[in-house]
Amino acid sequence: MSTTTVPAPAPAEEGTASATPPRRVRGRGERSLGASLASHGLLIVASLAALFPIAWLVFLSLGPDKDDYLHPERIWSKMTFDNYAYVLQHTNFFDWMKSSLIVSLGTTVIGVMVAATTGYAVSRMRFPGYRKLMWVLLVTQMFPIAVLIVPMYQILSELQLIDNYLGLILVYCSTAVPYCAWLLKGYFDTIPFEIDEAGRVDGLSPFGTFFRLILPLARPGLAVAGFYSFITAFGEVAFASTFMLSDTKYTFAVGLQSFVSEHDAQRNLMAATAVLVAIPVSAFFYLVQKNLVTGLTAGGTKG
Amino acid sequence: MTVAIDRATGKRRGDRTPRPGLGRRLKDGYQKHWYAYAMIAPVAVVIGVLVLYPLGYGLYLTLTDANSLNTARTIGVNEIEATYKFIGLDNYADILWGPTAYDRFWSHFIWTIVWTAVCVGLHYCIGLGLALLLNQKLRGRTFYRLVLVLPWAVPTFVTVFGWRFMLADGGIINAGLDALHLPTPLWLEDTFWQRFAAIMVNTWCGVPFMMVSLLGGLQSIDKSLYEAAEMDGANAWQRFRYVTLPGLRSVSSTVVLLGIIWTFNQFAVIFLLFGNTAPDAQILVTWAYQLGFGQQPRDFAQSAAYGILLLAILIVFTSFYRRWLNRNEQQLAI
Repeated sequence: MSTTTVPAPAPAEEGTASATPPRRVRGRGERSLGASLASHGLLIVASLAALFPIAWLVFLSLGPDKDDYLHPERIWSKMTFDNYAYVLQHTNFFDWMKSSLIVSLGTTVIGVMVAATTGYAVSRMRFPGYRKLMWVLLVTQMFPIAVLIVPMYQILSELQLIDNYLGLILVYCSTAVPYCAWLLKGYFDTIPFEIDEAGRVDGLSPFGTFFRLILPLARPGLAVAGFYSFITAFGEVAFASTFMLSDTKYTFAVGLQSFVSEHDAQRNLMAATAVLVAIPVSAFFYLVQKNLVTGLTAGGTKG
Repeated sequence: MTVAIDRATGKRRGDRTPRPGLGRRLKDGYQKHWYAYAMIAPVAVVIGVLVLYPLGYGLYLTLTDANSLNTARTIGVNEIEATYKFIGLDNYADILWGPTAYDRFWSHFIWTIVWTAVCVGLHYCIGLGLALLLNQKLRGRTFYRLVLVLPWAVPTFVTVFGWRFMLADGGIINAGLDALHLPTPLWLEDTFWQRFAAIMVNTWCGVPFMMVSLLGGLQSIDKSLYEAAEMDGANAWQRFRYVTLPGLRSVSSTVVLLGIIWTFNQFAVIFLLFGNTAPDAQILVTWAYQLGFGQQPRDFAQSAAYGILLLAILIVFTSFYRRWLNRNEQQLAI
């Protein structure tokens, strides 16, 4: 399993073994020192590339002056947490946090609750219209924001839901619900359907089977769908920037942009806010990321 | 037609029986499947109300000349009625072959294709390379993995601002290039370098997903295949070419499709990196947004028409992709 970058270890059985003193035969999975060093070198370079922009943001957030990003060497001598204190005390940070949480959690809860039964139905039952439904679920996931943003804006204006949390939650549900249904179908597929059969034999209706047997077993799947909805809603930019108008209702994605306007660029505060947002979200992400990937790629549509 | 067993009810379906009349079929279908329909009802309602209705309304808007000056709006206490009118397919004709159509649509279209192809290509190659490196017995593997996932863990809207600081004129990247006596391009102002920067940032953001997915794929390849290949005298390249790549095929076809859709629709990177300042670096999605919301008067009809065109492009692409996969007897894993 050596890599593309590493020359293969030469086969050790060249017939020289009898003459020369027995060379240590390299076992499978062992590599020469050079190969190891090359792997480590490449991985270290890649890690630095992954880490640097974020580390740089953290570093800049410690500089007290808004133009410090142009003279980073001056930051060392005057490093301070003033930016953080200022952001927490004198900006709308907590308002933004509240909006972000309301919108993301609202989307998560509605998305998972609405999608759960459908995920089960498309996993276990074949009914007329099944393929059409699956196709619709697939297509809604590739909607570019440009398709829905204009009509949504018009409709929500008529309903007075612009600059309103509920409006934004509804917009996010248009992607979160089909996505959750799809993801949950993948998870329900992994639950053996002997369990359903046992439930049916014992006289449960399909609904009873679902609510009493399958749903408790599917908790990890529900969690993954929830995490994914949350992260997507939290990081969404286009709809939030367009539909939230008053600066106390901004989500973080919009609030961060508001630090840089045409007249003023408070980059130091922006960097501090960015770091404050990034820390909990990435911590949360690390807790769930392993499940995210399995959920995303191991769904499986057979049929 | 195959005979499949309905997993929830244990009933066989797909048996060929004489076809009863329509009313009878509806009634039978209702009796047999009513719980299935009851279960998909919530999603059907949500999709109908939140997706299909706006989609239909958007389609209608593309056939009008709606903009922010003639749509219904409320100013103070005055409600102004909508005055836009139906103009048929003029918007589409204007976008696709009207005067200056090249500057408005086709140049962005070409750039979007280039952007998608280059980004997904880089995501895939770098992601695969890193996945292969991480798939070895290596000290500190978990640590590397955690660090490499970082660009995915931090929300895009945060990291893009980090990049903006770095790419700014006088930022760290140009300072570094200057110290090495290399040219210092205007990353955020010059069209070519804007595009270069956008691809660079998006690549940085997108590699971890590919890496983690492909690593999962690599780990699911049967180890005995490698042993067998080695016994047969396959060298490293041959093992990669004839064991690893075929083993990754189903994961690859899925993540590449997802990557193409996501990159084609990527809004946050370009929007946050350039805002309204870079008309030539806008891909179709951000360009449509700019028409609808980034200018005055807002051109709702054209923006919606761009949206419909984008969706059409994606749907056509995806159906060809699926057909191509089916021909190669592969299943999409999503």
